[in-house]
Amino acid sequence: MESNLNVPLSPEQRKAKPRRNPFQKEANVAGWLFVSPMVLGFLALLLGPLLLAFYMSLTDWPLLGEPTFVGLDNYRAIFQDEEFWTVVGNTFTFAAGLVPLNIVLALGLALMLARRLPGIGIFRTAIFVPVMTSLIVWAIVWKYLFATDTGFINQILQMFGITGPSWLYNPQLAMPVVIVTSVLKNVGLNMVLFIAALQQVPVQLYEAARIDGAGKARQFILITVPMISPTIFLTTLLTIIGSLKVFGQIYVMTQGGPGNSTKVLVYYIWEKAFKNFEFGYASALAFVLFFIIFVFTLLQWQYRKRWVFHEE
Amino acid sequence: MKSRSPGRIIGMGMNYFTLSVVSVIMLIPFLWMLSTSLKEPSKIFVFPPELIPSPIRLENYTEVLANTPFHLFYWNSLYIAILVTIGTVMFASIAGYAFARIPFKGRNFVFLLLLSTMMIPNEVTSIPMFLFMRALGFINTHVPLIVLPIFGAGGIFGVFVMRQFFLGIPKELEEAAMIDGCSRWRIYWSIMLPLAKPAIATLTIFTFLTSWNDFYDPLIFLNDRELMTLPLALSLFTDEAGTAWHHLMSASVMATLPLLIVFFFAQKQFIEGVSMTGMKE
Repeated sequence: MESNLNVPLSPEQRKAKPRRNPFQKEANVAGWLFVSPMVLGFLALLLGPLLLAFYMSLTDWPLLGEPTFVGLDNYRAIFQDEEFWTVVGNTFTFAAGLVPLNIVLALGLALMLARRLPGIGIFRTAIFVPVMTSLIVWAIVWKYLFATDTGFINQILQMFGITGPSWLYNPQLAMPVVIVTSVLKNVGLNMVLFIAALQQVPVQLYEAARIDGAGKARQFILITVPMISPTIFLTTLLTIIGSLKVFGQIYVMTQGGPGNSTKVLVYYIWEKAFKNFEFGYASALAFVLFFIIFVFTLLQWQYRKRWVFHEE
Repeated sequence: MKSRSPGRIIGMGMNYFTLSVVSVIMLIPFLWMLSTSLKEPSKIFVFPPELIPSPIRLENYTEVLANTPFHLFYWNSLYIAILVTIGTVMFASIAGYAFARIPFKGRNFVFLLLLSTMMIPNEVTSIPMFLFMRALGFINTHVPLIVLPIFGAGGIFGVFVMRQFFLGIPKELEEAAMIDGCSRWRIYWSIMLPLAKPAIATLTIFTFLTSWNDFYDPLIFLNDRELMTLPLALSLFTDEAGTAWHHLMSASVMATLPLLIVFFFAQKQFIEGVSMTGMKE
């Protein structure tokens, strides 16, 4: 039965599972004992709640009082909920702004930083430090820098005689501000992954291309991009999934406002569950989020086969 | 490096210039935080902004320590992160070893099951988890903040990392020990675990960092101020007093500095660890 599953096994592992191994019984006992804490924890704290969450999404479940089973009503209500569509739109706007900006900036920085040049460590560190910082601290400081009259950004603008806008109180500007500050927070992580990938591209390929007369741009398109495409794939996927789950910076910087202009899906789930205590509805929303992330993962997985140059 | 043509030098100069600009933008929040944390309240919004405040007001720090249970926030964050890290490394390495090296029945199925749930957003299970913890009387305690990460996505990520590492260790070591009659546990404990130091170091830093910076779980499970962790406590500072920026910034400096100091000394290993595992939170 297990052999149908697509888990890659090393040749030694395959050999290690003969039909009648006298040690098989011992291995079964030891193996299950070793994984039992993790598996029990997983059943109680992940799988159990997941199933309960699904049941909750089919009920009307208030903070106090009895839950009542309502079938698919919550899901039906979600699709008629205008706020829901705004929130989904905002979530995709956030992802659509953040992901390309993050990947392009991370790749550009990695290309500059993958070489061994004097002082390169300082730049790498400076760009990576925000990754280490608490998201909340980061969001608080940027909220302050973008303050309307007294913030640093507007003070700088004023030096040039420009009266800056009220960034976070402007429905058109709040989301871009959140996107840019989020990119700055996390770009270092993707950058490090790209640096690692770039350093593994064989130098001979570039030398051969140079002899053939390929310029920098052609080398980049014909050698660099294909060679690091698995990393591009992985970072893009993880950044998309991460951006669909954005919460902390929204909570601190805008609380979903002004209006509903930065209210994203997780913020909406949190609001419904822990402010309004509509647990059933919030659970249904959470499953919609789960479904969206699931679809993205599958799509990426399918597409990967077409454009990723080499797979392990 | 081949010839140093003028074009190359200009190109390098432009690289350095771009990198400097990006680095400065990255560091502005920290400089601003540090600068504001040392300012008198009346000087915070002075125009043009002064980077080095005069006079330097260290009272911002002592006032935060005196007026809020800041030492408690620190202690809460610290001991929760330590327990989460120890628990994760322990259970993840034991399970990772079994998944890599013990050919037990059902292994692939269980491993796949664990892996597939890594994708589930925390927010989906947090609602029933809240009710579950409430039923057990664990709301407004640190229990959920310690137990959930160990067995949640972070723990499963740990299993994955440790398994990958153990797969790469030559099998001969183990076989020799088995012939000598070592138990599985002894092989794990005395042979494999000491070899796994790089993987453990990576997992330790990762887990500690994630726990130290976690915001969503404390927001859901904690109410009392005395129980709060640093990120949650800091986020409440902004709510109640939009005016006390000097206090908020000195609190932020105090929350950030230990991590930056640790990072400064461990940066090489950490950045290598990130590239090694190719994963993120």
